[in-house]
Amino acid sequence: MMTLLIIAVLLLGFLVVLRLSRVAQLANDLRGDREENIPERDNRISGRLMWAFGAIYMAFFIWIPVHYHDVFLPVAASTQGVWIDSMFTFNWWMLGIVFFGTNIALFYFAGKYYHRADRKAFWYPHNNRLELVWTTIPALTLTAVVIYALIVWNKITALPAPGTMEVEVYAKQFDWTFRYPGKDGKLGATDFRLINGDNPLGIATKATMAKRLDELHAQVAQETADRDARSAILPKDALDKADKHIAHLRRQIEGIMNLRTLMQEDIAANGDNSTYLKGADDKVTKEFHLPVNMDVELIIRSQDVIHSVYLPHMRAQMNAVPGMATRMHLVPTITTDSMRAFTKNPAFDYILLCNKVCGISHYNMQSPLTVESAGAFKVWNIMLPVFEKPGAAQEEAPVAASADTAKAVAPATADASATKKESH
Amino acid sequence: MSAVEQTSAAHDGHAHAEHHHHQESFISKYIFSHDHKTIGKQFLVTSIVMATVAMVMSIIFRLQIAFPGESFAFTHFFLGDKWAPNGVLSSTMFLALVTIHGTIMVFFVLTSGLSGTFSNLLIPYQIGARDMASGFLNMLSYWFFLAASIMMLSSLFVEGGPAGGGWTVYPPLSVLPQAIPGSGTGMTLWLFSMVLFIAGSLMGSLNYIVTVLNLRTKGMKMTRLPLTIWAFLLTAVVGVLSFPVLVSAVLLLIMDRMMGTSFYLSEIHIAGEALDNMGGSPILYEHLFWFLGHPEVYIIILPAFGISSEIISTMSRKPIFGYRAMIGSLMAISFLSFIVWAHHMFVTGMNPFLGSVFTVTTMMIAVPSAVKVFNYITTLWRGNIVFSPAMLFSIGMVSTFIAGGLTGIILANSALDIQVHDTYFVVAHFHMVMGVSAIFAMMAGVYHWFPRMYGRMMSTKLGYLHFWVTIVSAYGVFIPMHYVGLAGGPRRYYEYTEFPMFQGHVMDLNVMITVFACMGGAIQLVFIYNFFRSIWYGQRSPQNPWHSNTLEWTAPVERLHGNWPGPIPTVYRWPYDYSKPGKQEDYVPQNVPLEAGEEEH
Repeated sequence: MMTLLIIAVLLLGFLVVLRLSRVAQLANDLRGDREENIPERDNRISGRLMWAFGAIYMAFFIWIPVHYHDVFLPVAASTQGVWIDSMFTFNWWMLGIVFFGTNIALFYFAGKYYHRADRKAFWYPHNNRLELVWTTIPALTLTAVVIYALIVWNKITALPAPGTMEVEVYAKQFDWTFRYPGKDGKLGATDFRLINGDNPLGIATKATMAKRLDELHAQVAQETADRDARSAILPKDALDKADKHIAHLRRQIEGIMNLRTLMQEDIAANGDNSTYLKGADDKVTKEFHLPVNMDVELIIRSQDVIHSVYLPHMRAQMNAVPGMATRMHLVPTITTDSMRAFTKNPAFDYILLCNKVCGISHYNMQSPLTVESAGAFKVWNIMLPVFEKPGAAQEEAPVAASADTAKAVAPATADASATKKESH
Repeated sequence: MSAVEQTSAAHDGHAHAEHHHHQESFISKYIFSHDHKTIGKQFLVTSIVMATVAMVMSIIFRLQIAFPGESFAFTHFFLGDKWAPNGVLSSTMFLALVTIHGTIMVFFVLTSGLSGTFSNLLIPYQIGARDMASGFLNMLSYWFFLAASIMMLSSLFVEGGPAGGGWTVYPPLSVLPQAIPGSGTGMTLWLFSMVLFIAGSLMGSLNYIVTVLNLRTKGMKMTRLPLTIWAFLLTAVVGVLSFPVLVSAVLLLIMDRMMGTSFYLSEIHIAGEALDNMGGSPILYEHLFWFLGHPEVYIIILPAFGISSEIISTMSRKPIFGYRAMIGSLMAISFLSFIVWAHHMFVTGMNPFLGSVFTVTTMMIAVPSAVKVFNYITTLWRGNIVFSPAMLFSIGMVSTFIAGGLTGIILANSALDIQVHDTYFVVAHFHMVMGVSAIFAMMAGVYHWFPRMYGRMMSTKLGYLHFWVTIVSAYGVFIPMHYVGLAGGPRRYYEYTEFPMFQGHVMDLNVMITVFACMGGAIQLVFIYNFFRSIWYGQRSPQNPWHSNTLEWTAPVERLHGNWPGPIPTVYRWPYDYSKPGKQEDYVPQNVPLEAGEEEH
């Protein structure tokens, strides 16, 4: 009822304005005023309004960041964040000068040179020297901006040093999963056809392949039996649909069998270094932790549609694209605890947001990020369960031995790369 | 009357003089018209209708963003129980509204309303031609556009709602109905609507190019063309070269959706099942889409430049400063618009080296844009400015273009883009240039050329009211929006309630934005009233109400078929002889011969 009343009042108000305008219009017509003949008084008023508006606009532009300064994100919490923030500052100053200069000139001239019958505009069709000046100055300024931008961009996107810890960030509608390497320091291979309830990231190991094949075979058998049992009563399109789905499952089986061959060849060729032997000790978790002051490379993948890993406090962002792994690396520099003290907010958390529209719950696809000391990170990491318990690998008789040796060798490799990094 | 007769009339001006008052039926005059003026008006009115729809959508989702979960009779009135149970916008419909608002505004308002309306109206008039090169193609271009509009609007009424993956409709979201309800029938309608739209747009553009190049009147050298025509010509060239790429992107998307191909799909596991698609890449779509998508924003802003150049010069009673530099910068912008597309993709996983290349090319565009702004300001300097509503909007266009252009320098910077990519900072940036600056130019064009379209004047006083409230609301909406983005606020979020960091002041800013948006939306009613009232009840316009130099004002107010009753005027000078020293009047129309000893300029 109230809303109806409000709508009625608004409508009435609108009608009143229109009637008044009509009255003004009639008065104009009676006086012989023409719409296109704008009297000097109106031009002067418009000119003054230009000045007034220009001033209010500039004031508003300054007032917002002053009044809402706490809206800006807290200090950058990564090395690249610091670089980006100082480049922002440089850009704000440069753009601010241009912004105020051009807007002041625009509104000032507009207000000053309003039409007067006794004046004539100044004939000034061109001046090549002026044109040259204001082509060259922006060009030179922008050259500086570009050079600065590229220096920072190249630093941020430079390849990480060998041996940098890899962490997988895995996106799907509408949550995040993380994978940390096990003792071998390497993330194992994955395949999207292996995804099931026990294996949300589709980690490819002998065991997961065997299990997924069993599952699919069982499903094919089940669906074929169902289809045959009801073939007499089902309409044709339902049968076609069932057949299509069974064919789809068979293609999945074929795909996994190919994958298995691929794996065997890879293991034969690379032995213990095969990426298919690195997955068993990986750690899959819903919690996102990073050690402070250490370069970490995020391997970003998506299960379904495009998502985007956005860490606003780290000034870091990279899309998660199905069918490919994207990468970015960063060095967090402030722990969550320090940030809580700094912001005087005990509930503060770094946050990981999805920043590419991905479906109806896009707005709530988030995960907190904990940045902690190397020691605390190690303790947290050790407590995580490994993907396949070592016992499970024993069942796979032929390759079990080599898998074990892989585990023995891998830490040594990881150590070697770590020392290399230190010396570097 | 036959198409043949019309075409011959367009070519044979002198013979045409005697029989310009054909008795045309209502249908051939107003509906299936071949006349460029009528087609221009058809584009304009359709665009105004589409703009109204898209604006109502924006008010609905702005209410949800500022007051999440609150019930609004306004929302419920438009969306009903299905999409707004208890007056609260559903999150599915939120995404759909955001998507369709963007699509309608970019293609069905800004492309058709600027290029469609004003190219049609002004190209034959200002170059001194009887009509477009092909009146029939021109008519088809409008009817394709109308069919596309209706198809786009019809997607609002299908099961599952309209497309909801954002106006860029990135796959796989736009391919898989399992991923979002809008990717069902709604998405199909979106895609076919775009194909129709592009077909229409191509017919229009080819026509504009041929007309400008071939049908200029005697004496109308390219260097005597008004800047409007230069802008429309270059817009058409950009459109012809880039729109077909969107068709290919859309066709591949249609094939992925309907024929089981894998152009954009690979290794997807959704709704509990792995799909068969292997080997495609969504990045391919992004490249194809933005190869149109970026030139598209110049297809929008170039006509805006042309219109505001013309109006600023006329109403300052002063020649446009640096006519040739203005043409040069239009050309530079048109060329560069083709080599900057991947600045939309800095964080998609594209090779960082490509990011560097596109940073450099994108920054280069700022130079000709800056030149244009400086030239506008110099044109105002020591002018004798008549503040018609069109002039106010043109000045507003320059001011908002400065604000929107400068933030472009932040976004062109690949390193800074990491932080603000896909946040409200981007939304604020492109609304400033396209949603405000280009719309202002469109408004300016409507106020300025309304007498030419309808033979009547719009109300100046209502125009003043419209301008001042609009510019205050526009800045009130989009200046604060930059700060929501800098606070890390992502776009296309249904609500911010799940994030402590976006409460407090960010929410205050969101409320401020929505209040100004409602104000800005409401004041457009005054414009709509003024527009439609003036069509029938406005003061009758004199032949040349703004004392302008260009040829359209030498044609009679009655808007004859074939434009001029007698021979087409001959052109002797450039269009910007305002306040020329030694002249009695402060304007000299283009068809006035040079006096003995007078220099051209």
